[in-house]
Amino acid sequence: MRYAMAIDTKRCVGCADCVVACQTENNVPEGYCRDWIVEETIGAFPELQLEIRSERCNHCADSPCVRCCPTGASHYEEGGVVLVNHDECIGCKACIASCPYDARFVHPEGYVDKCTFCIHRVREGKNPACVDVCPTHAMIFGDVDDRNSDISKALRTRKYKTLIPEAGTEPHVFYLL
Amino acid sequence: MGKKLNRREFIKIAGMGAGGLAVGSSFLKPVSLFGQPVSKEKLLTSTFSEVTPTYCEICFWKCAGWVHKKEGKPWKIVGNPDDTHSNGRFCPRGTGGLGAYTDPDRLKTPLIRVEERGKQVFREASWDEAFDYITGKMNRIKEKYGPECMALFTHGSGGGYFKNLIRAYGSNNIAAPSYAQCRGPRAEAYLLTYGEGVGSPERTDIENTKCLVLIGSHIGENMHNGQVQEFTKAHMNGATVITVDPRFSTAASKSKYWLPIKPSTDLALLLAWINVIIEEELYDKEYVKKYTYGFEALKKAVKHNTPEWAYPITTIKPHVIRETAREMAAAAPAVIIHPGRHVTWYGDDTQRVRAGAILNALLGSWGRRGGFYAPSKAHVPKPKHPAYPKPSKGWRDAFPDKYPLANLALSSGICDATIPSTTDACSIKGWIVYGTNLIQTLPQPEKTIKAIQNLELLVAIDIMPSEITGWADVVLPECTYLERYDDLRISQGRMPAIALRAPAFEPRYNSKPAYWMAVQLAGRLGLSEYFPYERIEDYLEYRLKAVGSSLEEMKKLGVKNLPLEQELYFLNGEDYEFATPSGKIELYSDTLAEYGFDPVPRYKAHEEPPDGFYRLLYGRAPMHSFGRTTNNPLLTELKQENEVWINPKVAREWGIENGEYIRLENQDKVISNKIKVKVTERIRHDCVYMVHGFGHRQKQLHRGYNRGADDTRLITRVNVDPIMGGTGMRVNFVTFRKEVA
Repeated sequence: MRYAMAIDTKRCVGCADCVVACQTENNVPEGYCRDWIVEETIGAFPELQLEIRSERCNHCADSPCVRCCPTGASHYEEGGVVLVNHDECIGCKACIASCPYDARFVHPEGYVDKCTFCIHRVREGKNPACVDVCPTHAMIFGDVDDRNSDISKALRTRKYKTLIPEAGTEPHVFYLL
Repeated sequence: MGKKLNRREFIKIAGMGAGGLAVGSSFLKPVSLFGQPVSKEKLLTSTFSEVTPTYCEICFWKCAGWVHKKEGKPWKIVGNPDDTHSNGRFCPRGTGGLGAYTDPDRLKTPLIRVEERGKQVFREASWDEAFDYITGKMNRIKEKYGPECMALFTHGSGGGYFKNLIRAYGSNNIAAPSYAQCRGPRAEAYLLTYGEGVGSPERTDIENTKCLVLIGSHIGENMHNGQVQEFTKAHMNGATVITVDPRFSTAASKSKYWLPIKPSTDLALLLAWINVIIEEELYDKEYVKKYTYGFEALKKAVKHNTPEWAYPITTIKPHVIRETAREMAAAAPAVIIHPGRHVTWYGDDTQRVRAGAILNALLGSWGRRGGFYAPSKAHVPKPKHPAYPKPSKGWRDAFPDKYPLANLALSSGICDATIPSTTDACSIKGWIVYGTNLIQTLPQPEKTIKAIQNLELLVAIDIMPSEITGWADVVLPECTYLERYDDLRISQGRMPAIALRAPAFEPRYNSKPAYWMAVQLAGRLGLSEYFPYERIEDYLEYRLKAVGSSLEEMKKLGVKNLPLEQELYFLNGEDYEFATPSGKIELYSDTLAEYGFDPVPRYKAHEEPPDGFYRLLYGRAPMHSFGRTTNNPLLTELKQENEVWINPKVAREWGIENGEYIRLENQDKVISNKIKVKVTERIRHDCVYMVHGFGHRQKQLHRGYNRGADDTRLITRVNVDPIMGGTGMRVNFVTFRKEVA
């Protein structure tokens, strides 16, 4: 089993619903977010392209944050989900420095926080909050080891990319193009 | 005069005719969207949290959803899967609706002004004091000037109670900025052409369309939930999207064709499209013959509107105009020239929207799959009350020969009628302003303030402090939609449905529901008989019982979808009588001709920005509803300020860098708040763009105060639509000021 997310840039309108749904679902404190929107414009007037992406922790298979964590607070959970054990985190920020995606922040309560793929929901058989709220159905969550999962099908039938692949971290958030 | 069809007549006709919109009130079983019976208990048992049904009040789309509490505390709001407005998925504003409840800046208790207007010096008052103050003044206005001299401005679910109150009191001066400052021209254009409006949510069958033409409609940035969902569906199904916009909007980025039109010339493009469709005989000949009136006159009128004629006006190349027209025809009748929503742009807006309506008719899309469907609406009776007194005058008397085809009151007109210099025929003396921040929603804010200075009573009812509450004599704090019942949501759609809003939380502070306020005021004014039920729960029970439901049932369902009793598509050869004078779709309008307007839309050039000035365009961001959310703790985090979009060529000329703050100065030397610059290829060189609703001047909005700039302050000029009085607001030009200190 390997959890992953695919985000369809053709569907995404950049409304940031995923951001606020994450904040309410996970009680993310004001001023912080676990996911965010990036808009990238390519070309010159009037020949333009716009790519809109919802970004978050990539739950990398070879995560520098897990490797560099001195206490083992950053660790892999079932399905390769990267989590931070709040009690073991000493707030040294090594993981923040190592993450090529700038996906982590220090929670005001003193530990490092980030996207959990809503593992508490996934364990109940639900999708992450961002996936379920998305008005344009731009996000797919699932098991890429299961050939019949929606995400596997999407990755077989659509072109996709990952962010900063050159970092070699094997990110597991895919962007459908 | 006799030919004019007013809205009441239309409703009567529609109710009787073949395409009748009303649905019987028989005892109906709920149906789910997927054909499965709805399990009443499913949501309650599937989670450990407490849930309460609501429909969202953060915008007018009113999506139904569930408010969740965890351990008794507010947690989250999610969409109701049975709701066709949201299909179970709220937009960011709905998801962030809890921020409206938690906002510490909320109005907390009634306030009575103690110093001169606008100084914002208030004393806290009890509800009794506030009501006595208001009713004392209202009685005096009635005695001295007549009840017609009270006016109501309204936006939002609670407005209905105050409409009832003000009608019972004896005035019909009830206006919503959503008419004259927003979609009024659309309503009149479609009424003139088809005898029916487009309504809300729009009856556009986007999910089944093969070609969608957007003229300035920035779907995706305007987060009209169901419509955005359908747009995505159509786009993913390979529909051709043609977006006409001076700006490379989100929708433009999803489009096969982006036509970066020169602002203010859209009507020329529409006429050129009509010309191509007619000249190349691409129109639906049978449909046009059977259902329309005035084709030959239209053909003659647009003869000269060739793509070559339109090119120098619009800057859209003739071959692109032809190619896009052919795309539309190839998809017909599954094609939609989107009627838009906020359409008060240049003052000829009814005519521009009508040109789109005519194009839809030529392509045969009205009443057809993938075009415009026949909306249904649940018919839910209201309890009876005595007839309203008949007002002897109204806002219209202040403008005897103007705006003959306005079917609703003009908020800008009522504002003008408050300034005594205009006329003495109906000078307004008191305003009740419910849920609308007139200083930001009406153009020419200095005029609004001038009108306010002439009032003997200004009551503002709102949840948040805003510019208008600062000018009020009495401020009444309403509780949020999460803390109150409201009337049922009964809006049009593909199927009739009702939705309930029940309180998830106790009202915070000393805030109260609008229904309660209206009942209290009615009691003090001796008008209690107009509110047969003192408690809204009893009122709701009455209405629900009439359709075979109850509060108890609706608390479990949230939304009840009722069976469809008519066909969605109704013009596939069937006989149909339109509610127009000719009984047909009017390509040529005798009504317009009779009033001295162009019976077929005609392009007239608009004023252009002088050297060094740029046309000011404004629009929406998906996470905000105008200025109403720009203090919401959850939503301001998503977007704290607006930016001014400037083309890189222009920015270079002025030495303006991306990310720096500047000010905008308009043609009347009004200078904006400082605003961050977004230098982007995504906009033409002759205009600038900003999102509306920022730059609050109300200091009690701690998050929104002084953040970004307010486009309304720069809208010191308007072009008024002579047909219906809409205020065209994209007629202001701005230049740049680099001093921001």
